[in-house]
This record gives sequence, structure tokens and C-alpha cells, in this order.
Amino acid sequence: MSVRPNARPVGQKPPFWRDRAKRALIFQCLLIAAVIAFLFYIVGNVQDNLSSRGITTGFGFLSNTAGFGIVQSLIDYSSQSTYGRTFFVGLLNTLLVGGLGVIAATLIGFIVGIARLSPNWLIAKLAAAYIETFRNIPLLLQIFFWYFAVLRALPSARESLAFGEAVFLNVRGLYLPEPLFESGFGLIPVTFVVAISASIALVIWAKRRQEATGQRIPAYWISFALIFGLPLLVMLVTGVPITWEMPELRGFNFRGGITVIPEFLALWFALSIYTASFIAEIVRSGIQAISHGQTEAAQALSLPRNLVLRLVVIPQALRVIIPPLTSQYLNLIKNSSLATAIGYPDLVSVFAGTTLNQTGQAIEVIAMTMAVYLTISLLVSMFMNWFNARVALVER
Amino acid sequence: MIHNQTMIEQRPAPSSSVGAIAWLRTNLFNGPINTIFTLIGLYILYLLVVPTVQWAFINADWVGTTRDDCSREGACWVFINARLTQFIYGLYPSEEIWRANIVFAMFFTLIGWLAIPKLPFKRWVAIFALVVFPVLSFILLYGGYFDLPQVPTHRWGGLMLTLLLATVGMVGALPIGIVLALGRRSNMPIVKSFCVVFIEFWRGVPLITVLFMASVMLPLFLPSEMNVDRLVRALIGLTLFQSAYMAEVIRGGLQAIPKGQEEAAAALGMTYWKRMGLIILPQALKMMIPGIVNTFISLFKDTTLVMIIGLFDLLGIVQAALADSRWLGFSLEGYVFAAFMFWIFCFSMSRYSQYLERKLHTGHKR
Repeated sequence: MSVRPNARPVGQKPPFWRDRAKRALIFQCLLIAAVIAFLFYIVGNVQDNLSSRGITTGFGFLSNTAGFGIVQSLIDYSSQSTYGRTFFVGLLNTLLVGGLGVIAATLIGFIVGIARLSPNWLIAKLAAAYIETFRNIPLLLQIFFWYFAVLRALPSARESLAFGEAVFLNVRGLYLPEPLFESGFGLIPVTFVVAISASIALVIWAKRRQEATGQRIPAYWISFALIFGLPLLVMLVTGVPITWEMPELRGFNFRGGITVIPEFLALWFALSIYTASFIAEIVRSGIQAISHGQTEAAQALSLPRNLVLRLVVIPQALRVIIPPLTSQYLNLIKNSSLATAIGYPDLVSVFAGTTLNQTGQAIEVIAMTMAVYLTISLLVSMFMNWFNARVALVER
Repeated sequence: MIHNQTMIEQRPAPSSSVGAIAWLRTNLFNGPINTIFTLIGLYILYLLVVPTVQWAFINADWVGTTRDDCSREGACWVFINARLTQFIYGLYPSEEIWRANIVFAMFFTLIGWLAIPKLPFKRWVAIFALVVFPVLSFILLYGGYFDLPQVPTHRWGGLMLTLLLATVGMVGALPIGIVLALGRRSNMPIVKSFCVVFIEFWRGVPLITVLFMASVMLPLFLPSEMNVDRLVRALIGLTLFQSAYMAEVIRGGLQAIPKGQEEAAAALGMTYWKRMGLIILPQALKMMIPGIVNTFISLFKDTTLVMIIGLFDLLGIVQAALADSRWLGFSLEGYVFAAFMFWIFCFSMSRYSQYLERKLHTGHKR
């Protein structure tokens, strides 16, 4: 073996650019320096720009009077309220449409996803057509479709579509009867809480008993009956302490009852239908991911069919389904920000829209808006990591 | 042994087990529950298809130039016909449309060439598409060189703008995404955490706030004498947003490569960039193509959001046309047309991605 002429003498250290640890250190220092320089550049520019436009930074604007009305708010709000309150009104509206959207999308998505796997050719093809249609059309277009082409084309208040003299649908929205709770009603939520705690205790006890004796009792059915039956029973015993306030046509519009604005309906329909098409695909692939051998093995152990599903197939399918499902939920909540295009008063619309235009506090407003969405995503991804760690396959 | 008896003629299978009737039995009418489902399905189909066909085809008006030509109760496709140039090119001056057409033709030829596996010279075509084509199409579309009159970006619109936003966003996001994905897998703690924070930030916020940020905050971040075009601002926002999603797709592909590959490359004395560029990325990119196509589809759909910051993409220009007082009341036609255009693009891309997935479903899956 010949010695290369330019080889280092033994004992001499290599130059620092050949040492991986030193190189990494230098590279990272450079990165930090670049980021800091970039931030300084931006902050400097922002200060120049803001002072030339006469905008003061800070969150003081949040306690100023907003001076604009909001069509839908879950908390007390008037045009005399502060900008801080508009933030919470918007946030609650976002969470409202997000929460109801998640429920509806899950329901539709699971039904369509299971229908996609149906042995019935027609049902499977209909489900496939649903998925392929709604998945491939932009969400904003679907929102516009529901809002401008469907809900805006409904008849006026006088010619409302009536469903049994209690529910009315017209161009101004959906009118529902509103429940008014009378004095004895406070007992019902209490019973509800009691029923839930009793069910949890029952399930734990049933599990212990099964582990000890091998005997099963239908704990889930009993708790189902408890949670729904007990409050119903109390309601009947106390003489149904609810009256319904019906919407009534007075003049040109309906009074009384609950009004659901068309912006909400359009956004909710579009979000649920669009997200459901993705959830359906997730459900289908999750169920298909469970190998047939699992079902056959469970049947060979002579488990009845419902237990094969409940103890073998569904727990394994859920492990595949839940991570992408949560990211779809997250997408749904983020997509609810498209509300601003049709004027549903969500966080982006009232806060990053109207408030920003009125105050000009672009940095604070956008930062607060982004912080809300970031917090929601972080919470969801924390849940997902916890879930993944809990259900992860323990491999040898 | 000699068989001198004649065999009995082979009989056809019973008519209930072959052909259309058997298919109907096994797939639609096996058992009472399935029969009920089939009937419900047929009823839904009837409710959906009959009115749609009547509205869109049988009772529709196809020819004409003005609103008065729409006399029947069905769809008024005259509206779409009259506005088609705008829907495709936006407000691009009509005498310059040939320039946009050349770009369109080149774009679809290049995409087709790259997408069809049998065609040769893939590498050179790809280099042309990534290096020469963007410059060429910028010169053609924007003008200002070679006596071409300048067309300012606020006149660009329609399908042209949608394709432009999606393609530029994608091509810009790919290299940033690769760097971010490599950074996220790096051993250097600061580089890694920087990449994680960057990726999770963009993935955690809705695109619309990113676009708001690009249109409201970007001018604040830059020196006041620097005036960035609105289209460029939207492109910056889209690219950064997309690069985070791209990084996650690429990270997924990198994770699928067995560790032995990198160790073997290191054992041959390759440096980090050689290991990545010659061994890991070529294998990983091949597996990532379906994922990349899927992110492209979602980006393509997401470009519709730019209308909220005042650009006229396909949906934006349709929405603007619907507000035209000469053509009021045709929103359904407008949305159906836009939905159809988007659907064609997205559906064909998703089919292509499924085809690739099947084709690439070879070695690495275990």
C-alpha cells in the first residue's frame, strides 16, 4: 500500500472544515446569525413603515369601541362593545361552525365510506361518485354554490318553505322553534351528569368483572339506556318543563324562535360535504387495511359476528383511521376561515377583516388570528401524538 | 382403452348463473336488504339525474350572443359562451391572446411529455420545463421585450392565472420543501428545530391568513420604496405555505428508504450531499410522486382563495361575471362551469396519481 504524497503526518489534527462536529457548529451559528439579521431587517422596516403611516403598535386598540354590528354572536354583543369582544365573538363563531361541521362531516363520511365498501354494486358506485365529485371541486366554489345559487335563490319571507308550521326556510335563513326552559328544568342536566358518571362506573365494574370471572354483561347498552332514559324519565315525571317558542311571520319577517343565518348554513353544508368526501376515503382505506386473515382468525375462535367487528376489526381500523381523521378535522376548522368570502362572522371575517380595516393594526391582528389557529393545531397534534403512542403496535 | 361411446353434448350453464341476470342477482338483488338498498339507490339516482339532464341538456339554450337568446327554462350556456375568453384569459388584451396560447400549448405539451412514461428524453424535457420554459413564458406573458407590448399582471386572470399560480407555487415549493425535509431529519439541533417550527407554523395556519399576511403585512416588512406586485405577493404566500406541506411529503418518502442505503453510501466515502443527491433523493422522489401530485391537486384547488385578496383566477372571474347587470341570475350556470373545469383537472390528476401508485408499487413495499 503506497502512501499518498499529500497525506497528513500522523498525530496532526485535520483542518476544521473536515471535522463534522465543528462544521455543524459553524453552520448552525451562521443559521442563527442569518435569522437574527433577517428579523432585525424586518423589524426595522416595520418600524419605519408604521411611523410613516402614523400607526402605534401595541394591543391597546383591543379596549376601544368597535362600532360595528355582527349578525350572529353567541355572547352579548352590540356595536358599543370593544374590539376585544369582537375577537371572542369571531372565535366562538369559528368554533361553532367548526364543531357542528366536524359532527356532520363524520356522520356523512362514515356512512359514505362504509357504503363505498358495500357488496351492493349500485350503492358502492353512488358512494364513489359522491367522493369523486365533491373531493375534486374547490371548497370555496362549493361555498359559493350553496350560498349564491341555492340559499340566495330561496323564496322571500312571505313565501317561505314551511315544514310543519314550526320550521321555515327562506332567503333570510332558517327559522327553528326555540325551547324555553321553565323552573323545574334544572334537574335534567343534573340527572344527565349523574347518568354519565353511573355509566362510567358501570363500564369499569363490568370490565373488572369480566377479567375476574369471564362473564360479560351488556354494559354499553345499559349505559346508553341510562344516559338517554334517565333524563327522559325525569322530564316526564316533572311534567315536561319546556315550552317551544314558534317563529311567526310578522310583517315582512319572522319573529321569535331561533334564526339560523344563510351564511352559516352555506358554510356548514359546504364544509361538511367537502370534508366528508375525504373522511369517506379514510374510512374505506382504514377498513381495507385490516387483512382478511384477522376476520377469519376471529371467526375461527367462534366469536359472534358483532364481536368480530367490535373486538377485532374496528379497534385495528381505528388505529389507521384516527390520525388522518384528526388532520381532516383540523383542515375543516382551518377551512372555516373561508367564511370571510360570504360574510359569515367568523374569526377571520370580523377580526382579520373588519377590525383590521378599521384599526390598521395589521401585525397585532394577524398575529392574534394566526395564534388562535396555531393553538388549535398544536392541541390537536398533541392529542394525536398521545393517541399514536397509546395505540401504537408493540412490535418485537 | 377405446371410447366408442359419444360424449353427451356440453350444456350451457343455467341462465341464472351467467350473464346479465346473474350479475344483477349477485350484485344488486341478493337478499331482501340488498334489494331495498338497490331500490333506494335507484330512486336517488332518478331524483338526481333526471332533473339535471333536463336542466343541463334537454331544456338548455346553447346558441346565441345575448341574454334574450335564453328563452327556455333550462340552463343558459349562452352566458358561458359569451364569456369564455374572459374565463380562460382574464382581462388579457384580445390582440395579445396568441401569446397566452403559445404558453398554454407549451405547458400542456411539456406536462404531457413528462406524464407519459414511454416518451424519451425525460431529463432534457424536465430541464427545459424547469429552466427555459418559465423564462420564456414570463417574456411572452408579461412582454416588454422584443417589441411585445407589456401586459400588466392585473390584467391576467381566468384559467391562465389559476394554472400559473398552481405551477409556480409548486415548482417554487419543491426545492424549499426538499431543504426543509432534509433539515428536519438533520442531526444538528438548531437546524432541526428551525425547520420543525417553520413547517408546523405554515401547516398550522389557514391559507387565507397567509394570503392576508402576504397582502397586508409583506408591504410592512419591506422597505417603503420597494413595491411588490400583488400577484408576486400572492405567489410568495402560496409558495411558503405549499413548501411546508411539500416538506412533509418528502420527509415521508425519505423515511421509507431503508437506513442501509445511506450507510452503504457513507461506507463508500460519499459526502452528505452526494449521499442525498445520488442515492437517497432519486429513490425517495420516485416514491413521493403520488404524494406530490396529491399536494398539487390541493394547491390547485386552494388557488381559488386568491380571489379574496383581489386577484381574478377562474373562480374570481366567474364570480365577477355573475355580478354583470346584463347577465344577472345565471349563477348556477357559472358555478357549474367553474366546477366542471376544476373537476376535470383535479380528477385527471388524481387518476394519474393512482396510476403512478400502482406502477411504482414495486420494490420498497414490504
